[in-house]
Amino acid sequence: MIERTPVLNLVTHLILLFGLAVAFVPMWLVFTASSLTIQEINAPPISFIPGDQLLVNLTAAWQRAELGTKLLNSLIVALAVATGKILIASLTAFALVYFRFPARMLIFWMIFATLMLPLEVRIVPTYAVAANALAPLQAILDVSGLSALWAYVTGVNLVMEWNLLNSYTGLILPLVATATGTFLFRQFYMTIPPEIVEAARMDGVGPLRFLRDMLIPLSRTNMAALFTIMFIYAWNQYLWPLLITTDRKGYGTAVMELKRLIPTASTTGGGTPEWNVAMAGCLIVMLPPLVIVALMQRYFVRGLIAADK
Amino acid sequence: MADISIRQVYKSYGRTEVVHGVDLDIHDGEFLVILGPSGCGKSTLLRMIAGLEAISAGDILIAAKRVNDLEPRQRGCAMVFQNYALYPHMSVAENIGYALKVAGIAKAERLRRIATVAATVGLGDFLDRLPAHLSGGQRQRVAMARAMIREPQVFLFDEPLSNLDAQLRVQMRIEIRRLHRRLATTSVFVTHDQIEAMTLADRLVVMNGGTIEQVGTPSEVYHRPASRFVGSFIGSPAMNFLAATIARPGIATIRAGHAIAFAETDFTAPPGTQVEIGIRPEDLIVTSPGTPDAIEMQVEFQEELGAGRLVHGRFAEQDFIVQLPAGHKPVASLSLFVLAPAQAVHVFDAQTGRSCRAAACSTGPA
Repeated sequence: MIERTPVLNLVTHLILLFGLAVAFVPMWLVFTASSLTIQEINAPPISFIPGDQLLVNLTAAWQRAELGTKLLNSLIVALAVATGKILIASLTAFALVYFRFPARMLIFWMIFATLMLPLEVRIVPTYAVAANALAPLQAILDVSGLSALWAYVTGVNLVMEWNLLNSYTGLILPLVATATGTFLFRQFYMTIPPEIVEAARMDGVGPLRFLRDMLIPLSRTNMAALFTIMFIYAWNQYLWPLLITTDRKGYGTAVMELKRLIPTASTTGGGTPEWNVAMAGCLIVMLPPLVIVALMQRYFVRGLIAADK
Repeated sequence: MADISIRQVYKSYGRTEVVHGVDLDIHDGEFLVILGPSGCGKSTLLRMIAGLEAISAGDILIAAKRVNDLEPRQRGCAMVFQNYALYPHMSVAENIGYALKVAGIAKAERLRRIATVAATVGLGDFLDRLPAHLSGGQRQRVAMARAMIREPQVFLFDEPLSNLDAQLRVQMRIEIRRLHRRLATTSVFVTHDQIEAMTLADRLVVMNGGTIEQVGTPSEVYHRPASRFVGSFIGSPAMNFLAATIARPGIATIRAGHAIAFAETDFTAPPGTQVEIGIRPEDLIVTSPGTPDAIEMQVEFQEELGAGRLVHGRFAEQDFIVQLPAGHKPVASLSLFVLAPAQAVHVFDAQTGRSCRAAACSTGPA
């Protein structure tokens, strides 16, 4: 639709610019704040002009919060969550769309229902499971009387325990198990024309080959999108890592450890709060998601141009 | 090369039966066209041969081997789909050669065969393109090449020309015919387009409502339709039908009181039988007003076809069409008198819709 509406164009641009400002000003503030000295940052008017202390503050933040190991932890967790999510979601959706098995729709709706249960809602039971991942199995054995039978036969009490606290597995698994990706892949697979499936069957293709040769190449754009979303989602997790790690030195993640840079009465000991260092820490922690978005965005664009239909 | 034998095949989805016991023998090397209106079960039948639909009851044999429980890939069939069903992320060469890749044929051999087949369908210069960058006709050729490269026992075509424009459709029709002459592979072609069916078929199968109405050569089906449905479905403009009663052998009376003669050696029906008389518009001959037993039709409008002229009108409260030969003057009067030659008159039983032809013409269903 082509229309000449100069006034409307101006208004829409103004709205867009306003939105951009709302999104961008806080980022700019983080950047300027992280480049000022401690005196400058605590002087009353907020400065919008960057200073020359950026490197000093970055180094201070890096050392104080031990960001080296923390960033590595975050990276491991975010990459594993994003990859695991794609693997599980694409396979689950494959099963749901292309195979007819009993209770298929029931299973789909059960998965779908978990969309309404974000991690924060189910955090207590999730923690209970993470504390002993075998507890549900143990409960089944206890209730069914199998463990009693085992104890009777062998004379040994069966107590299973698999503790996920303070481990990468514990940080990763609960974040992988969500329905978003499954739903996304299911919807995508359902747009693939059934004739292509039939043509592939005529060409002698079995299910796994079809997944490898057709579905995976066709859903590359979806995978890139899901990877980006899940990477940022996992990177930004705060509550779950806080809960499941007590060994902050070994398993703390970057976003969580930012807290250590926030000046409080106990850290400053009544001295001047070092917001400049805290902001420098923010800057460092923001960077990896930004890089991922920048890299993946190039990929989206290429995917959109190459594949029509 | 293979013949196909379809024996008492049924297909139902849940409680709805869509194919009601079809028997059909397709000969080795034959080009068989299945024609019928949409929803008549023709595509379902084709897909059961291909193995894309399960067979509810009955048997399908390809090269004398029962294939009911075989996967599509084990049946030796290749299929061309209506919307081409090309793999959008693969180049033309990859699309054509994919079946060979799946079969584990070495790359050098694969490339050689892709080049040969692509040259056959005139795609030699497009091997690196993606399907999205091809025209409709080129995509259709890729789909054909993809079927050809496997050197199948049977080609199955599921309305492959419906998505093309009229000119391209005629051209592809000729190419398919040419290809079949060279390869002589058993082919089954499903269409709802009667021109396509008539021009391509060695033998024609007319289906309606999940059963076969008639099997025969295009000429048999056209000139000796086995039922009212076949008569009405084949031929354009459609056959005229008039309700009548058999007066005596060779003569039927139309309700308006006219008598109409038919070849009594061809059609037998006891006097008093309610019948429908079928006359093709092109068989009617214009006669002078007042000729005994001439059909007097009320002219409504006329269509100039170049190669002829169609006169649309009414007779006995029904639509009636007459095709005049080329060069005939436009009809100026409000009524037109026409005669139907006895040998051009078809007689159908009004109850069953079957032809009253004495020797059941070719092979109708039992």
